[in-house]
Amino acid sequence: MMKELSLHILDIAENSVNADANTVSINIEEDSQKNLLKIIIQDDGKGMDSEMLRMITDPFITTRTTRKVGLGIPFLKEAAEACNGHFSITSQPGKGTCVEASFQRDHIDRMPMGAIQNTFLDLLVGFPDVHWIFKYRIDEEEFDLDSEPIHKTLDGIPLSDPAVLKYLKTEIENGIKRIQRK
Amino acid sequence: MNKIKSLDDLKRVREEALEKRSKTAVSGKAHVIIGMGTCGIAAGARETMKAVLDYIESEKMEGILVTQTGCIGLCEQEPILQVVRGDEEKITYGKVDPEVAKRILKEHVSDGKIVKDHVVNL
Repeated sequence: MMKELSLHILDIAENSVNADANTVSINIEEDSQKNLLKIIIQDDGKGMDSEMLRMITDPFITTRTTRKVGLGIPFLKEAAEACNGHFSITSQPGKGTCVEASFQRDHIDRMPMGAIQNTFLDLLVGFPDVHWIFKYRIDEEEFDLDSEPIHKTLDGIPLSDPAVLKYLKTEIENGIKRIQRK
Repeated sequence: MNKIKSLDDLKRVREEALEKRSKTAVSGKAHVIIGMGTCGIAAGARETMKAVLDYIESEKMEGILVTQTGCIGLCEQEPILQVVRGDEEKITYGKVDPEVAKRILKEHVSDGKIVKDHVVNL
């Protein structure tokens, strides 16, 4: 099982990659006034029909022969619903999929965000062909990261180059720290 | 203002990387693949990946591609890490925690010696 929201995010984003998404945006919003934490993961992958959609939220129904559908979605759904939150997944074949999970921010069972900086870095480095758009907002503070200008600037130098890794790691860590400070 | 604003810094990093690249003879490229399906993540694959990236950074290992893959059907062996070194055959490792990951990078990726006690036979 996952102990951090950032691990769930990594997992759901992986689904998007497996659905051949070119662009995946991850949007995290924490609102202390509304006592809300919301995660939205949207992709332009191949999407699913309504039958498939119904199945993937139920861990006990599967028609899979390959491991295309796993437990990631039911895990996150359960986590959100256990925290007075909501879970939804919408999808259109050929268009993409959007997963949305919300939590009562101060709910006692609400998992910590955990090492979201590692999730962002892993996705960025581990799937260099995907266009990633990360947004993490806590009240008025926001951290944004778009992989496109990074790849453009690097112009052929891979993200797993040690100097580039160091740069990215520091940028992401500092960015997250800054918004989480308050 | 909160964006990764310092793309100029990144440009500088790129120049440095290019310079180093031309100086250090590239000793055969390697590809490290980490299983990051639900099973892998639940078994700690993110920490394994972090160990890999940290090691590459601290040891300044050039020419290594690190990517992720989904579940490959060996959930009980997760976290799984695969290494393809140059033209050599792909080696699959199981139960790769951060310590084992560091060993694999040092002994196999760098020195070419397979870490036998963690090899999974497919």
